[in-house]
Amino acid sequence: MSKFTFTGGIHPFDGKSLSKDKPIVDILPKDELVYPLSQHIGAPAKAVVAVGETVKRGQMIAEAGGFVSAPIYASVSGTVTGIAPHRIVTGDMVESIIIKNDHEYIEVEYDPADPDELSKEEIIARIQKGGVVGMGGAGFPTHVKLSPKKPETIDYVIANCAECEPYLTSDYRRMVEEPEKLVEGLKIILRLFDNARGILAVEDNKPDVIDKLKKLTKDESRILVKALKTKYPQGSERQLIYATTKRAINSSMLPADAGCVVDNVDTIVAIYNAVKNGIPLMERIVTITGDCIKNPVNFRVHIGQSYRELIEEAGGFRTQPAKIVSGGPMMGFALFDLDVPTTKTASACLCLSEDEVSEAKSTNCINCGKCLEVCPGRVMPRKLMDLAVKGDLEGFEKLGGMECCECGCCSYICPAKRQLTQSIKSARKIVLANRRKAK
Amino acid sequence: MSDLMNVSSNPHIRSKVTTGMIMYCVIIALMPATVFGVYNFGIYSLALVAVTVVSAIVTELVFELIFKKKITIGDGSAVVTGLLLALNLPPKAPLWIGIIGAVFAIFVVKMLFGGLGQNFMNPALGARCFLLISFPAIMTNFETGIEAYSGATPLARLNAGEAVNVLDMVLGRTSGTIGETSVIAIVIGACLLILLGIIDLKIPGMYIVSFAIFIGLFGGHGFNGYYIAAELAAGGLMLGAFFMATDYVTRPITLKGQLLYGVLLGILTGAFRVFGSGEGVSYAIIIGNLCVPLIEKITVPKAFGEGGERI
Repeated sequence: MSKFTFTGGIHPFDGKSLSKDKPIVDILPKDELVYPLSQHIGAPAKAVVAVGETVKRGQMIAEAGGFVSAPIYASVSGTVTGIAPHRIVTGDMVESIIIKNDHEYIEVEYDPADPDELSKEEIIARIQKGGVVGMGGAGFPTHVKLSPKKPETIDYVIANCAECEPYLTSDYRRMVEEPEKLVEGLKIILRLFDNARGILAVEDNKPDVIDKLKKLTKDESRILVKALKTKYPQGSERQLIYATTKRAINSSMLPADAGCVVDNVDTIVAIYNAVKNGIPLMERIVTITGDCIKNPVNFRVHIGQSYRELIEEAGGFRTQPAKIVSGGPMMGFALFDLDVPTTKTASACLCLSEDEVSEAKSTNCINCGKCLEVCPGRVMPRKLMDLAVKGDLEGFEKLGGMECCECGCCSYICPAKRQLTQSIKSARKIVLANRRKAK
Repeated sequence: MSDLMNVSSNPHIRSKVTTGMIMYCVIIALMPATVFGVYNFGIYSLALVAVTVVSAIVTELVFELIFKKKITIGDGSAVVTGLLLALNLPPKAPLWIGIIGAVFAIFVVKMLFGGLGQNFMNPALGARCFLLISFPAIMTNFETGIEAYSGATPLARLNAGEAVNVLDMVLGRTSGTIGETSVIAIVIGACLLILLGIIDLKIPGMYIVSFAIFIGLFGGHGFNGYYIAAELAAGGLMLGAFFMATDYVTRPITLKGQLLYGVLLGILTGAFRVFGSGEGVSYAIIIGNLCVPLIEKITVPKAFGEGGERI
């Protein structure tokens, strides 16, 4: 059987068995929740509540700061106790709304609707109002993604169900327990694009999900399920588009340029909730895992809860962790402090007893070429790193440095343990900053 | 703030394979050829191999001690260089030849250019060519005192128009350098490296195929299977194709570049053998090494989605 895939990629230890069979557990937050105003790409949201104000669960506490932005909602009822900078997963200090939980969970009234009766504009407006952003990690506002210039040219709406990052099982549990919401959400997106077909793209290490989705969609003529080869980074947007449609886009193009729209599982479920039930994005599934966690688990988390709370709920540490990562081990952010809030894009909290990065000592490059073999961007990490370290940004761009998706495959595979991804990432940041300055 | 965690940029995991592991796999892969050579040519060859390898390690150690560099002899690369050089020496070459060769390989070709990964020429081959030019009589004397494996090599006999026995050449029942005689022993080691994913067939495959075609076209015997097989099994072609042309440091890194490099080596080796005087593998690979920067420059891979068309 020919499988859908891309060229390059790696097969790291997947660690999913730790939390794969743990059903989603609902947990209640403790006293304090923190809502950073910038948990998406684009303009930060603007607070619409004042210190001392009482809020209900589901109430908008910050409105979108522009078109490319998203509003933020309170996930608990309580009192606003502060609007101040707070540390977030990346280590930055970001203006945040702090709410004291009254543990009553008094909710606002939602405004459900029948998606079939809504116009396209109404659907997009409800997604925008619901504060839905790409929950796979990027946090790009979904209503922007769903409003391409020429909606009639969209041929495929791809549901990113790959979950290629090791250890992560939040999307998997969602698909095992609530696949109907995913399919219904996809149908809502398909309403926006008359000429499009829906693709549920799942890695073949989840055969149960593939069967389930196939059964659920057997009467849906516009939706098909595609089994992808299990390989990291199969869920990377450009690689996923190529694997499912054989259309290749470069870094300066949007998926819409190739007639595609890609959304991740949790995002599609959030779309379903926002459009059908009128419930804004306030919760998400987070996997708490790693060899240091006593009981690896998948939680339904109130956005704004701190990572410390989640780890305590998971039974705490079995052994002292050397490294804690928000997200997966390949692209996640390392945390130096646990008092940071979960956001719309937090997919996991990974606690590892061994820090393989600080243990691996870099040695001379032996030119083995493994980084070229695994690079899904088909560039030359070995040479790009040399240029990046030298500061030759012109040469770096010329050699395709901006085509790097920072997936981390080169650093992972390097036998000399060189900091390839890190150097290239830094050079990319400088190039992007220079471009912004030039504008 | 007492229990701060380690932070670093992504990714946070690393594969378990290290440079040292790759080098030790290459050493293991060279064992069939080494053991076979020692079995054929006697215990003196073992002494020569040991002296050459130890000289290579000591040279690297002394260089690093003198210049206060990090000691890198544990990564196994000096052993690989010493071993490859020894396998390219005549079985009864004096021990000092091994010592001089190893010192030249490590000190001049490798360390002066910055150590592992920085040399532009395969150290073992550079040293072999240095020895061939400096001590031609010793380096081409294949008298071993063992009747079956002594005297003119099959390649020399081929060039002189004499008949050779290809089966003996494949098995290694001929004269030659310590490690080049047995095609079977070399291929067993190469298969191990291919299975482990350390080398692939791009360079050796293109090398062997293009060489065979070249010999067919210009060898004077047409596409005579027996003659081409004899040419392939003769001299250092197999050892060179699988263990030296594939040397990471001195071969092109790009996919297309590797194919091109293989073809270049095949043509150069063929040209040296047909139009030159005898063996050409060492010189062909060294000239190939020198062309690597150029080859890489013209074979930059196309980035994913480059030139993609918008709808």
